[in-house]
Amino acid sequence: MVKYMFLLYGRPEEQLPEPGSEEFERMRAEWGVATGAMARAGVLLDCAPLQPPAAATTVSVRDGEILLTDGPAAEIKEHFGGYTLVECADLDEALKWAATLPVAQVGKVEVRPVVQVVAPAEQPAG
Amino acid sequence: MFRAHWWAAVAAVTRQVGDLEVAEDAVQDACAAALAQWPAEGVPASPRGWLIGTARHKALDRLRRDRRRADKEAEAMRERWGGVAGSGPAEPAPLPATGWAAGTDDELALIFTCCHPALDPAARVGLTLRCVCGLATAEIAAAFLIPEPTMAQRLVRAKRKIRQAGIAFRVPGREDLPARLGAVLRVVYLVFTEGHLAAGGDALIRGELCDQAIRLARALTALLPGEPEVTGLLALLLLTDARRDARLSPAGDLVLLAEQDRSRWDRAMIDEGEALAGQALRLGRPGSYQIQAAIAACHSGAATAADTDWREIALLYGELIRYEPSPMAAANRAVAVAMSEGPAAGLVILDTVSGDTRLARWPQLHIARAELLRQLGRRAEAVAAYEAAMALEPPAPERAYLARRMHEW
Repeated sequence: MVKYMFLLYGRPEEQLPEPGSEEFERMRAEWGVATGAMARAGVLLDCAPLQPPAAATTVSVRDGEILLTDGPAAEIKEHFGGYTLVECADLDEALKWAATLPVAQVGKVEVRPVVQVVAPAEQPAG
Repeated sequence: MFRAHWWAAVAAVTRQVGDLEVAEDAVQDACAAALAQWPAEGVPASPRGWLIGTARHKALDRLRRDRRRADKEAEAMRERWGGVAGSGPAEPAPLPATGWAAGTDDELALIFTCCHPALDPAARVGLTLRCVCGLATAEIAAAFLIPEPTMAQRLVRAKRKIRQAGIAFRVPGREDLPARLGAVLRVVYLVFTEGHLAAGGDALIRGELCDQAIRLARALTALLPGEPEVTGLLALLLLTDARRDARLSPAGDLVLLAEQDRSRWDRAMIDEGEALAGQALRLGRPGSYQIQAAIAACHSGAATAADTDWREIALLYGELIRYEPSPMAAANRAVAVAMSEGPAAGLVILDTVSGDTRLARWPQLHIARAELLRQLGRRAEAVAAYEAAMALEPPAPERAYLARRMHEW
């Protein structure tokens, strides 16, 4: 099994429907259908929207000093608005699930395989 | 000497060790070992079995070595960094030996992997020529007129993506087969057109590409006998390649279909192509390759250019547009209409499609317009169309043809 991270690029915040509006409820229902199917198939690990890029803080450490920058690490045209983490048998299966997400209809879903990190043995304390 | 076994060997070893890159390198090494051993010790009873066994051994050896090195690195990492997670490469994962039909399924799995739609289209072609056909990277680079390091880089990147992205080594299921098969046939078609269209450059290598494409289509027809588009593609390639010798003048200039010496067409290839096209169409599931084969058969069935059934060809292009609504098909239909109903009727259709920006970059459109304008006696407009075609820098033989045509009145 391979874990895949779906990076969801969709409409910017200001173009999303107002919470409470009919369109918002429809969007929520569509997401519910898509992620519900993933959950039932046992592939869904996590899925969440992100607060807008304006809420981002970028952290870097240089010469031991923590530097904070307001905003995202990279200014990109596409609006990175959320993620979905799944576990699938292979890329074909992951691509099929990616295509079921509502955001694929209006934006793009980037499918990135997750590196399987081999955890080292725990070091004994002391 | 080894090319006949290459596809099967890379396929079998990939299934056994679970990594295309390792398998391909190992088969390469096994071929080198065979070159050194067979002359002295004699060719083994089963050369293919020997190559697969030897390559498998070498591949597993390498995976064990890589694994040991990764373990050592992880160990060193732990000693230096304590609890920090070392991200050694994942366990080499041999694909399950059960659940796999040996042989033909492996061969299909290999070509479906090399032509996976998640790979860069140019890389699919290169990868197929390397892993399935066994061409050397240098040969592939030369055939596509790009530097060898560029092609090598492209292949390395594609193989890395197959491993990292988790592209499965298997034959797609029934539901995915049509789309995935389409991607495979597209690669075979591209290999052929690369060899067929660009008659310039090193003609020998180019001819080799046409041969490879036909070999691939033949093998796929044997592996997937019930798929009419596979048979249709093989028919199309045979019917087109049958004209290879007549397409170039002794000076290397392109000779148009109408002016070709039809006695130089390969009759055996035409007969086989026509039979295959009929066989595919009788299955009752037409598709773009089958229709293109039927069009090619209209040409090869005409004893002289004047005997060509252009009305039938215009109908077939109309049919083709339903399966593949490309402006190229529309332009070809316009030419066929011009041939059956006169240049003015054809020009009307050509002018309606020439607004398409994709088509504006296609020199053949401008050449076709120029020829129709010439027949209508509209010389200034014809010259402008020839110049528009020339500006798109078509391959050398077409350039030579245009230069000649512009001054021929």
